[in-house]
Amino acid sequence: MRTINLDHLSATPLLPEVQDAMIEAIKANYGNPSSQHKIGDRAAQALEQSRESVAKLLGCEVPKQIVFTSGGTESVNLAIKGVAWANQEKGKHIVTSNIEHNAVLRSLRRLKMMDFQVTSVPVDQYGRVNPDHVAKAIRDDTILVSIMHSNNEIGTMQPIDEISEVTRGKKVLLHSDAVDSVGVVPVHVKKLGADLLSFASNPFYGPTGVGGLYVRPGVKIWPLLDGGVQENNKRAGAENLIGIIGMGAAAELAMRDMDSRIAHVKKLKEKLLRDLPGYIDGYYVNGHPEHSLPNLVSISIRYIEGESVVLMLDDEDIAVSTRSACAAGSLQASHVLLAIGREFADAQGTMVITFGVDNTEKNIDLFLRALKDSVKTLRDISPLYSKAAGG
Amino acid sequence: MYSKTVMEHFRNPRNVGVMEDADGVGEVGNPLCGDMMTVYLKVENERIKDIKFQTFGCGAAIAVSSILTEMAKGKTIEEARKISNRDVAEALEGLPKNKLHCSNLGADALHVAIKDYENKKSGKSTPEPKRKERHEHLHGEKCYCPYCDTEIPPGETACTNCQLNVM
Repeated sequence: MRTINLDHLSATPLLPEVQDAMIEAIKANYGNPSSQHKIGDRAAQALEQSRESVAKLLGCEVPKQIVFTSGGTESVNLAIKGVAWANQEKGKHIVTSNIEHNAVLRSLRRLKMMDFQVTSVPVDQYGRVNPDHVAKAIRDDTILVSIMHSNNEIGTMQPIDEISEVTRGKKVLLHSDAVDSVGVVPVHVKKLGADLLSFASNPFYGPTGVGGLYVRPGVKIWPLLDGGVQENNKRAGAENLIGIIGMGAAAELAMRDMDSRIAHVKKLKEKLLRDLPGYIDGYYVNGHPEHSLPNLVSISIRYIEGESVVLMLDDEDIAVSTRSACAAGSLQASHVLLAIGREFADAQGTMVITFGVDNTEKNIDLFLRALKDSVKTLRDISPLYSKAAGG
Repeated sequence: MYSKTVMEHFRNPRNVGVMEDADGVGEVGNPLCGDMMTVYLKVENERIKDIKFQTFGCGAAIAVSSILTEMAKGKTIEEARKISNRDVAEALEGLPKNKLHCSNLGADALHVAIKDYENKKSGKSTPEPKRKERHEHLHGEKCYCPYCDTEIPPGETACTNCQLNVM
């Protein structure tokens, strides 16, 4: 029986058009886009065509401002480290939020080892950043602000346009990790006002291992990879052309179908949240009720641990994700869930369900039924539940 | 990721429950890292006549608790005292490296329960485990970085190898 995928944040299936584009690219035997002869020309053309598609998706009028990378993580690393190193004469202070993805956090941690300083602004109980807090955190030696566009654990979306007004006023660069937003919800670099924007192909039905970084002209940035002059001298190395062509095809589909996709997943999200109380009790819904990814539901189920739920649902051929420490390979609870005020134990029972075009309302019914059984079984084993029930 | 034995014990855990009139109770773990276990003992003639457990934790934690109760049931107190974390992990046909941390729960809970039983016998009371917010190890077990396996010295919060704050 085919698994019901309710974990689209980890992996979206390659749509048939994307698969076809990539297979055609493999068969076309493109050369290296950097070569000076006809074989290279064909490759360069294909590369630039994909770049145009991605640029259009981002509302970017000059495709050259898109740098292709190996994915969201590399884009984030490039944005943060590249800007930090290139601008360190001006200052060594960076402002961020306390719910960023690990790619941001660990890049900043690496910079701290090189004497950079970082200030994290807190979020409210819904995970929203207050632009005033960002303004207050900016100092004379601040060179970069990095605030994610949407969060992968709780779905909350940030007021990047308001934050960019602040950063522009203070003449500080703004980077936004938009990996879980681009191709899912409308993201237009002009409207947002960010100077740098990271994205990846896998959230919008493109291949994994491909992504990019939008860089506004005039931004001083050092490349991570030194060597040739590819990607406008911002990222050396022969491009992953087949992957990029896949991303380009996925970008075209995302633009064409964005409204209908959003409507589809929104319906599933609303159904899940509406029906959930009929199946389980004792849970919190995480994230902002309004400013939230339409395809993501994050719930913290009390008294049980998340990985156990994932295993039980896996036995029923349903794939979901959890933010428990054990599942993340960490020894501490998720920093994002703690930042919005969850207790340690409740944070461990957090499930993240993300929908895609391949999901149906029937999938949600099956999921809820399986979830009810798993929660009951695990609560029967749980000392926390016994304590709570017994008083 | 998990062995067949682990999955079997996870799907069908043995000896789940509480004991109202236990001779020894052992509670270990910390919600901070997501694992907690309580073990209950019924002891007759220095032999573990019955044993029950409850666990809040991942697949590995539940499997560890289950197999631990199987290993301890029917043993004498002296035999049970010798059961180590290593024995439990071996009985499960091994655990992924970053789950060895969960496996520490089992034998520790048993030993705390045995200590409690002995305290009760001699009229002493067992102190409530002080569970602070920080990741606290109650019985001297070692902590390993879940990313690179380097041992984290007690009292430290970061792994020196990957520079990560894991505690």
